[in-house]
Amino acid sequence: MMAIQRVGIIGAGKVGIVLAGLALDAGYTVRISGSGSVKKIALTIKTLVPGAIASENADVVANSDIILLSIPLSRYKHIDADLLKGKLVIDAMNYWWETDGIREEVLDPSTTSSEQVQTYFKDAKIVKAFNHMGYHNLQEEARPKGDPKRKALFVTGNDPDAVATVAAFVDHMGFDTVVHNNLADGIMTEPGSPLFGASLRYAELKDIIDHFDQTEFGKEVAAQTHK
Amino acid sequence: MVDIEHLQFGLETFGDIVANEDGSLQTAAASIRQIVREGKLADDLGIDVFGVGEHHRPDYSVSSPETVLAAISAVTKQVKLATAVTVLSSDDPVRVYERFATLDALSNGRAQVMLGRGSFTESFPLFGYDLTDYDDLFNEKLGLYDALRNEKAVTWSGKFRAALKNQEVYPKTENGKLETYIGIGGSPESVIRAVNVGYKVIIAIIGGQASRFKPYIELYHAAAKELGKPEFPIAVHSHGFIADDEDEAVEVAFKNIKANFDRIGLTRGWAPMSREQFEGETKVGSFYVGDPETVARRMAATIDLLDLGRFDLVYGAGNQTAAQRERTIELYGTKVIPRVKEILAEKAAVK
Repeated sequence: MMAIQRVGIIGAGKVGIVLAGLALDAGYTVRISGSGSVKKIALTIKTLVPGAIASENADVVANSDIILLSIPLSRYKHIDADLLKGKLVIDAMNYWWETDGIREEVLDPSTTSSEQVQTYFKDAKIVKAFNHMGYHNLQEEARPKGDPKRKALFVTGNDPDAVATVAAFVDHMGFDTVVHNNLADGIMTEPGSPLFGASLRYAELKDIIDHFDQTEFGKEVAAQTHK
Repeated sequence: MVDIEHLQFGLETFGDIVANEDGSLQTAAASIRQIVREGKLADDLGIDVFGVGEHHRPDYSVSSPETVLAAISAVTKQVKLATAVTVLSSDDPVRVYERFATLDALSNGRAQVMLGRGSFTESFPLFGYDLTDYDDLFNEKLGLYDALRNEKAVTWSGKFRAALKNQEVYPKTENGKLETYIGIGGSPESVIRAVNVGYKVIIAIIGGQASRFKPYIELYHAAAKELGKPEFPIAVHSHGFIADDEDEAVEVAFKNIKANFDRIGLTRGWAPMSREQFEGETKVGSFYVGDPETVARRMAATIDLLDLGRFDLVYGAGNQTAAQRERTIELYGTKVIPRVKEILAEKAAVK
């Protein structure tokens, strides 16, 4: 398992800023890029997350051990797929109409959003995490290990080693983890799931994940798959 | 430090459908007439601003807020009349100007434009716009509105509407410029955009602790200085419910605010609000719920923390009765506002 020291964040919006703040608090070196020039985000980064290095995508990727994707889901293809070649990448994205537009134009209904992202960045190791808790809950609810009020996040991906690395990283950022080794299980935390927007402790999160097929959303998903 | 003398207090409603005492729902028409009564009540109590939202959905009665505000203007004397917000992205800036200039005339200069991107999808297909143009629509229309706001002949061209060549738009206002806010939800990009256009800013704080907005307000001031743009005291709006009894307030608010958020959540795909989430919001978050003392203390803390120039309470979420809605307004005007000022004065004396 790789030791993470340098965190790179692609996307300097609400979620990217929150993740940068958490990573700084956890003691990591943080680089962050927006959709444009460094100049466009420099003041924002300096003011909102002092200590993070405002940069551009190529520099963020080249100088980070782990990459967090926190851009609108509709824009991941704006990033050159080769840029993330060989990288460990956390997909924190979700479909969200306000930034993404019409769902059918963004998402292929026959698959899950993170699988689509993995297909595009075919030489990267995609792990889904940080997508299902609201960004202000993420910001306010990071807690040390063992704290009875500590909240949990779902972590899932196809590469067990990458998943284990991300799970350790999420733990270090201040959250317990429920871990699966199947990227397709990311559907369990997509919009529509009882976990999307929920802020739960480990036992509560694990219970819903373990009995996902019994939730209304789980039943809908099952019905879609068996069509 | 908070300028208590110039601190403004507003009330906003999204025009939720009003409930009868037996739990049945009033018509949208009756709910709209109730808002006019509430606007009058707010004016009688000396509230600074009364805002009405724009929605195009069955659960909210108002799609045409300026029309409601025009009716309120006829029965009020001092309260400013605002939209909360005008969904500029799917509107025509020329029409926005014309409607507000008309409201400004009717109200003797009390119209206040609040422009936003809105947080619902309905208006886009309704008016023939593509959701994927969300950002471009707002930016372009804000540019045209800003040109119109100078009340001089405008020459303009863009992607989403016919060009204007040396075009005058009427009526002109008596003050020469419509007071205009830009409503933001707190993305860093939206803060910078608001600074660039040079308008006053109102931030929608609808979840989480108010303290998380402190860096964003610092960003607003830092950006204004760097770009040489005007700086105004920041305004915020948050949901609230006030009743004489603390426990009653919490129960009514939980039922109604939860129903409201859960209904919206259904279309966005977020999970229903848990009791724990609700309690978090009322104790340390952005729901101002309780008896007047509790609400006043929490509002004063937020105003002090964020150094605000204005606080708007969004009342009436969910299906509340007319009595519940009016009691919130009465208590806000007669007890909460004076008490907030008192607490802030005490804090100032200690500092």
